Amino acid sequence: MSEKKIFVVLLAAFLAAYFVPFADPAVQNAIAEALLLLQDYARQHVILCLIPAFFIAGAISVFVSQASVIKYFGPQARKLLAYSVASVSGSILAVCSCTVLPLFAGIYTRGAGIGPATAFLYSGPAINVLAIILTAKVLGIRLGVARAVGAVAFSVIIGLLMHLIFRRAPQGAAAQGFVAVPDARGERPLAKTAAYFGVMVAILVAINWGKSDPSLALWYFIYRVKWLIGGVLALVLAWMLVRWFRKDELRDWTLSTWIFAKQIFPLLFAGVLISGFLLGRPGHEGIIPGRWVERLVGGNSLGANLFASVAGALMYFATLTEVPILQGLLGSGMGQGPALALLLAGPALSLPSMLVIRQVMGTGRALTYIALVVVMSTIAGMIFGRIAA
Amino acid sequence: MEIRVLGPGCARCHEVEKRTLNALAQLDVAADVRKVTDFKGIMTYGIPGTPGLVINGKVKCAARIPSVEEIKRWIGEEIGKPSD
Repeated sequence: MSEKKIFVVLLAAFLAAYFVPFADPAVQNAIAEALLLLQDYARQHVILCLIPAFFIAGAISVFVSQASVIKYFGPQARKLLAYSVASVSGSILAVCSCTVLPLFAGIYTRGAGIGPATAFLYSGPAINVLAIILTAKVLGIRLGVARAVGAVAFSVIIGLLMHLIFRRAPQGAAAQGFVAVPDARGERPLAKTAAYFGVMVAILVAINWGKSDPSLALWYFIYRVKWLIGGVLALVLAWMLVRWFRKDELRDWTLSTWIFAKQIFPLLFAGVLISGFLLGRPGHEGIIPGRWVERLVGGNSLGANLFASVAGALMYFATLTEVPILQGLLGSGMGQGPALALLLAGPALSLPSMLVIRQVMGTGRALTYIALVVVMSTIAGMIFGRIAA
Repeated sequence: MEIRVLGPGCARCHEVEKRTLNALAQLDVAADVRKVTDFKGIMTYGIPGTPGLVINGKVKCAARIPSVEEIKRWIGEEIGKPSD
């Protein structure tokens, strides 16, 4: 950090200490809400949900070869396949949000072109494995599934529309394809890798199994024995790790898990604190009165959905922070429809990412893409709001 | 020797840079190590994902974090060769 930056940070801290009216009960309440929401996350989501999810994300970045997925995005790739892969591959390629934009630029300039590139750009941030897991855990399985399905479906539609609109325009330099990078690491059979990921996901699902009505006999039974299931699966996983993996691979796995955790946890906790301060826990109020939220994005009107999409498109959400912010908004009276609209428009776009997209595609194409995202998110929000009501 | 670490500046790219410096120190080799963080610059190398490692203009690895041992081997391959 440069000396100037340190000075600016210190100055901001001083001004905050000087001017923030800490004696005001509303401010005191909001600070308490911020800390209580943080405690809520620490107690409910970190050990059973986030930490296992980070291990899965770390495993993906180490054991899934990105190059083997990228080959479906080459200039000669079959279009149908390219769109299908683009719409779902974000779940394994985009664990770290900073990988989405370089990949998008690569697919656009060197690979399959504007359609698959924008399809990937749209779905990537929304369906990465950490985001889906935390959305389903905190905001409910229904919104989690709607988010994943919406992101996949809309990415294909947006990609195809971009392709149709700009099909006549020249692409610029001819697509050259990606450079081939030899990878000397030994590969294990696909079945073993799949089994390893399957067991990890099963552990995550088992230990987070929610309590259900005893009348749903099977679900309730699973809930009663979830620790037994989780324990047995953990033993299976341990056996796999010992038998199938080399020591240096396990070290790489732990390290990349740690890198993700180090990168994402501070941002997430800052997001939780800000969300708690502004909006409070569900059922409580932060500094922003709940009726304001309700007036702007309550219900399921066109205005509420449109406002949620536009606000989401402009705002920058660091990885996962959209979840606590949305939790706060929902608790303050936001409708389910606008919540989905914000989830669909939010992580895919932000002011900084718009600038990069414009740099890669040019102003006209970037504006078309942004408009498509906002309009489609609004429509999806209205449909989901009607179904959820 | 010219070494370029490609990546927009997230933790994974920093790790590659750290390991590269480690490898150079272990081999006691001097090199011109720079980071390429702007998108235009990264794209000119045509890598299928970040982080990427380029030694003397040759893409040695992309879209993953290589081990220090691998980086040492690549540096060994390039020692004595002219940079582009």
